[in-house]
Amino acid sequence: MLEIRNLYASINGKEILKGINLTIHDGEVHALMGQNGAGKSTLSNIIVGHPAYEVTQGSITFNGKDLLSMSPEERAHEGIFLSFQQPVEIPGVSMNNFMRAALNAKRKAQGLEPIPATEFLKLMRERRKIVELDNKLANRSVNEGFSGGEKKRNEIFQMAMLEPTFAILDETDSGLDVDALRIVAEGFNKLRKPETSALVITHYQRLLDYLKPDIIHVLIGGQIVHTGGPEVATMIEESGFDQFIQEA
Amino acid sequence: MEEKNNGMDIVREIADKKYEYGFTTDVHTDIIEKGLNEDVVRLISEKKGEPDWLLEFRLKAFRYWQTLKGPTWGHLNMPPIDYQDISYYADPTAQKTSNSSKEIDPELMKTFDKLGIPLEERLALSGMAVDAVMDSVSVKTTFRERLKEKGIIFCSITEAVHEHPDLVRQYLGTVVPYRDNFFAALNSAVFSDGSFVYIPKGVRCPMELSTYFRINARGTGQFERTLIVADDDSYVSYLEGCTAPMRDENQLHAAIVEIVVLERAEVKYSTVQNWYPGDKDGKGGVLNLVTKRGHLRGRNSRLSWTQVETGSAITWKYPSCVLSGDGSQAEFYSVALTNNYQQADTGTKMIHLGKDTKSTIISKGISAGRSQNAYRGLVKVGKHADGARNYSSCDSLLLGSQCGAHTFPYMDVQNPTAVVEHEATTSKISEDQLFYCNQRGIPLEDAVGLIVNGYAKDVLNKLPMEFAVEAQKLLGVSLEGAVG
Amino acid sequence: MICEHSASVLNDIREQAFVDFQRLGFPTQKLERYKYTDVAKAFAPDYGLNLRHIDIPVDPYEVFRCDVPNLSTSLYFVVNDRFYDKALPHASLPEGVQVMSLAQAATENPHFIEKYYGRLARTSKDGLNALNTMFCQDGLFIHVPKGVVVDRPIQIINILRADVDLMVNRRVLIVVEEGAEVKVLFCDHALDDHQFLATQISEIYVGENAHLELYELEETHVKNHRFANTYVDQQRSSTATIDSITLHNGLTRNRTDVTLSGEYAETRMYGCVVADKQQHVDNNTLIDHRVPNCQSTELYKYVLDGEAVGAFAGRVLVREGAQKTISQETNANLCATDTARMYTQPMLEIYADDVKCSHGSTVGQLNEQALFYMRQRGIPESEARMLLKFAFVGEVLDSITLEPLRDRLHYLVEKRFRGELSKCEGCKLCK
Repeated sequence: MLEIRNLYASINGKEILKGINLTIHDGEVHALMGQNGAGKSTLSNIIVGHPAYEVTQGSITFNGKDLLSMSPEERAHEGIFLSFQQPVEIPGVSMNNFMRAALNAKRKAQGLEPIPATEFLKLMRERRKIVELDNKLANRSVNEGFSGGEKKRNEIFQMAMLEPTFAILDETDSGLDVDALRIVAEGFNKLRKPETSALVITHYQRLLDYLKPDIIHVLIGGQIVHTGGPEVATMIEESGFDQFIQEA
Repeated sequence: MEEKNNGMDIVREIADKKYEYGFTTDVHTDIIEKGLNEDVVRLISEKKGEPDWLLEFRLKAFRYWQTLKGPTWGHLNMPPIDYQDISYYADPTAQKTSNSSKEIDPELMKTFDKLGIPLEERLALSGMAVDAVMDSVSVKTTFRERLKEKGIIFCSITEAVHEHPDLVRQYLGTVVPYRDNFFAALNSAVFSDGSFVYIPKGVRCPMELSTYFRINARGTGQFERTLIVADDDSYVSYLEGCTAPMRDENQLHAAIVEIVVLERAEVKYSTVQNWYPGDKDGKGGVLNLVTKRGHLRGRNSRLSWTQVETGSAITWKYPSCVLSGDGSQAEFYSVALTNNYQQADTGTKMIHLGKDTKSTIISKGISAGRSQNAYRGLVKVGKHADGARNYSSCDSLLLGSQCGAHTFPYMDVQNPTAVVEHEATTSKISEDQLFYCNQRGIPLEDAVGLIVNGYAKDVLNKLPMEFAVEAQKLLGVSLEGAVG
Repeated sequence: MICEHSASVLNDIREQAFVDFQRLGFPTQKLERYKYTDVAKAFAPDYGLNLRHIDIPVDPYEVFRCDVPNLSTSLYFVVNDRFYDKALPHASLPEGVQVMSLAQAATENPHFIEKYYGRLARTSKDGLNALNTMFCQDGLFIHVPKGVVVDRPIQIINILRADVDLMVNRRVLIVVEEGAEVKVLFCDHALDDHQFLATQISEIYVGENAHLELYELEETHVKNHRFANTYVDQQRSSTATIDSITLHNGLTRNRTDVTLSGEYAETRMYGCVVADKQQHVDNNTLIDHRVPNCQSTELYKYVLDGEAVGAFAGRVLVREGAQKTISQETNANLCATDTARMYTQPMLEIYADDVKCSHGSTVGQLNEQALFYMRQRGIPESEARMLLKFAFVGEVLDSITLEPLRDRLHYLVEKRFRGELSKCEGCKLCK
C-alpha cells in the first residue's frame, strides 16, 4: 500500500528526516515510536503533503502512484487520512458544511454525484455515535471551543465519515484521559476493515494496547533504527529509547 | 464615595507640587535678537563657522518654510506661535572675556549636577557617555576618548560638521528631508546643536550614549538636531533626556532626530521627556514639536523607539520607522502621561517597504486632570512588502472625568500577504484594584502610582536600567493624587 | 425649475442648501471624512438630471422578481428618486403606518415633515448633504406612530432606470415614534447599463423605547456611483440595528452617523463588503455617545479581490459626561491580491472616564493551517478558500435577525464568492 524509499526531508532548511525506508502492506497496522523531535510528525506531514516541508531526496508511492507529485486534497481522495496532533479551529465553518464539502469532493474525484442531503444527515448521525459525540456537533464550527478530548474524537468521527484506506494517527492519545482514550481507540477499531492499514504515532504503550499493531518502528534522529513486533513497545516502556541509540 | 473625596484632596495637594527641575541657571548667555529672517539663518551658520554647503541647506529649508503654514490636524489646541518673537540662538558657554580657552563655566557644571547629570567622568554613571546640550550649544561630551578607541564618533553635531564633514553631509537630511513638514523645515533652517553618533562596521558600542537637553534662556527656542548612523553589524543604545525651567511663557522645542540603520545593525533609542509641562492652570510649558525618524536601510536591521513622555504643555511627535531592508524589524514602545492641561498627540508610523519586515507598536496613554492624550499612528504596507507583519496595541487609562483619551490608528495595506493587527482599549483605573491596595494598607496615591506603573510595565521594561528607575519615579510624581 | 416641481417644505431649505453648497463645493480628500473617496471625480462626468420629473416608463413589478424566498414583506419601489405609487401592495400595514412619497407627504402634511426634514442631515457641514437638499424633489417617507409594531418587514427596492447617464438625488425620512417597532429593508438595483450617480440622504428618528432594524443591500453594477449619508437619532431605551451589505457596486461611499441622544439606548452597526475588479467601497461611520449608559457595537468585514479598494473609518465619540458607555468596534479585512488595497481607521475619542471602550482592526489573509486541514480532508483548495471567506463574513450575516433574509444573503454571498453573479435567475435586472 505505502512505500517510502530513502526519504530525506527538511523544514526551513533544517534536515529532519535522514533516509527513511518504510513499507506498509494492505491490512497492516504499524506503530512509529520515538522521542520528541525525532521526526515523527514530520513524516506524517510529508505523507499528507504539508507545504511547509521539503522533500530533498527519496520517494513515496501509494498503491503504486507517486504520492509526492499530488496535492494534499488529491492524496486525501486516494484514501489517506491524518488525525492531526493539534486539530486547528476553524471559526464560522460548521461541521455540517465542512463534512459535506469534504465528502462531496471525494465523491466527485471518484466520479460520483454529490450525496443527497437526507442520506448525508443520516450518515452524520450514525457515525458520530461511534465516538459518542452529541447531536449539537453538526452546527458547531470545526473544532472551535472543543475540549482536547472532543477534538480527538472529532478526528476519528471525520475518519468514519471519509472511510480512508490508510489512516495516520499522530499522537492521537496525547492529552486524553482514560475514558476518552478508550472511546477513540474503540472507535478506530470499529472502523478497521481487513484491507485498511494505519500508521500510529505515539510515545506510549497505552494506545498500542488497544490498537495492537503488527509492526513497531523506532525513530531516532530522523532514521528508523529498529523494527520489530509488539514486544518493542514493552521494551521501550521498560527501558526507554536509549537502548536503541547504540543500534543506530 | 468616601475615597473619591480623599482623592480630590490629594489632587489639590499634588497640583501645587513643584516641578523639580524648574530652576534657572544664572550664566552669561550669548543670545541673538529675536526674530527670524535670512540674516538670522546666516548669522547662526556664521557663529558655528559652517561650510557653505550647510548654509545652502539651511537657506533652502528656510525659503521652503516661508511657503508653509503650521499644521492644524493634531488633536491639539495649540496657541498661535509667533515665530518672530523667539530667539533662535542662545549660547551659555560664551565667555564674557572673549576667546579664553573653552573651560566650562562652573555654574553650568552645577546645573547639570543638580539635574543628576555629572559631566565629570570620574563621577559619571558607569557605562554611560553623555552629551550635554543647553539651549543652542553642546556644553560637554564625556568619554569621547574611550569611544574613539573603538572608532565610535560621539560628539555634538557642530563639531561633527567640522571634524567629519563627509559623514554628516552624506546622511544629514536623508531620513527627514527639510520638505518633510513645517517643523522639519524650520529646524533645518535654524538648528543649533545636538548629537552626532557614528558606530563603525561590526562595533558594539560598549556603553550607553546619552544626550541631555536643557532649555535655560528666556524667550528662546531649542532646535536640536541629532543624527545617528549605525554601520553594518553594529549596535548602539542611545538615551535622551530633557528638562526646562518653569517659565510662564511657552517655549518652543522643534527637534529632528534622524537614524540610519545599515545591514544587520541594531539601534535602541530611548527618551524620557520631562520638559516643563506648564503650571496647574495650563500656563507656560514647553511646546514639544518633534520629528523623529529612523530608516532601516540594511537587511535584517533593527530599530526600537522607547519613549516615556511626561512633560511638555504640548507634545506632538511620531517617532517613525521606514523599513526598507528585507527582514528588518522595528518597535515602538510608548508611555505618554498627561495631567492638568497638558496635551499630547503622539504615536508612530511604520512604513513597511521591504520583504518579511516586522513591526510592533505598544502604546500606553494615561490621562488625568483636564488633559487630552491622543495616540495617532500609521501602519503602511507597500506593494512589495511581502510577508510584512504588524501588531499594534494601544491602551488608554483615564484618571478623572474631565480628561480625554483618543486613539487614531491608520492602516493602509497594499499587499495580500501582510498581516496587520490593531487592538485598543480605553478604561478607567479600576476601583477594585485601588480598594484592594487600600485594604492592604497602601495609601491611595501610592496605589495609583503602583497601578499605573504596572500598567506601563511592558514599556518601562524596554528602557535601560538607569532610565527605567527614573521613569518610574517620574510617572509617580507626575500623577500622584490625580485620581478623583 | 426644481421648486416648481416640488413641495414647499422641501423648497424652504433649498436656498440655504444652495448657499452652503456654493461655499463647501464637493468634499475634497483633504477632509478627514472624505479621505478615501474622490467625490469630485465621481461627479465630473455629465449626468442628466430629471428635474422636470418626467415619468420614466417602467413597471417595477414586471422587472423585479428577486424576491427573498419565505420572506413576506410589504414591497415598495422607488424608481430613481420617485416613489412608485401606481400599484401599491395589497398587504395591509397596521393602522396609522405610512409608507409613501416624501413629496406627497410634504404637500399633505407639511407641519409634520417640517419638524424632521433637514434636521439631522445638516447642509452647513457636508457638501453632499447640501447638494442633495438643493436638488431633492422626492423620495420615501415612513412613519410608524406611537406604540405600533409593524411585524412584516417593509422592503424598498431602489431602482435606477434611464436611457442616458443619470444623476439621482433621493431622500429618505423615517420616523419611528415612541414604543414603535419596524424593520426596513432597502435593496439597491441599477437597471440599465448606464452610468448612474445616486445620492441618498436618510434621516431616521428612533423614539423612546422604539426599535428599528435597517438593512441596506447594494447589488448594482460597476458603472454605479452611490453616495449615501444616513443619520440616525436615538432616544432613550431605543435600539437600532443597521446592517449595510455591499455585494456589487462601482463606487460606493456610505456615511452612517448615529447619535445616542437618550440614555440606555443601544446601537448595533454591521457591515459586509465583497468587492473585486475595480470596485471601491468606503464606509465612514460615527457613533456619538452624548449621554450616559448607552451601548454600541460595530462590526465591519471586507473581502477584497482584484484591484478593489476598501476603506473603513469608524469613529466612536464619547462626550464629556457620557459615563458608563460601553462600546466595541471591530473591523476585519481580507486582501486576496497584491492589487487590492485596504485602508482602515478605527477611532476612539473619549472624554469620559467611566467607560469600557475597545476597538480592533485587522488586515490579513486566510488561516493557512485551516486551509491545509481542509485540504487534508479532501476539500479542493479553491473550495476551502471559499468556505473560509464565507465563514469570515458569516459573522456579519449571522447578525441579521430576519431569518429568511439571512438565509438569502448566505446564498447570495456564496454565489458571489464562487464568482457567479450574486443575483437570482428569472429577473431582468440580472441580465
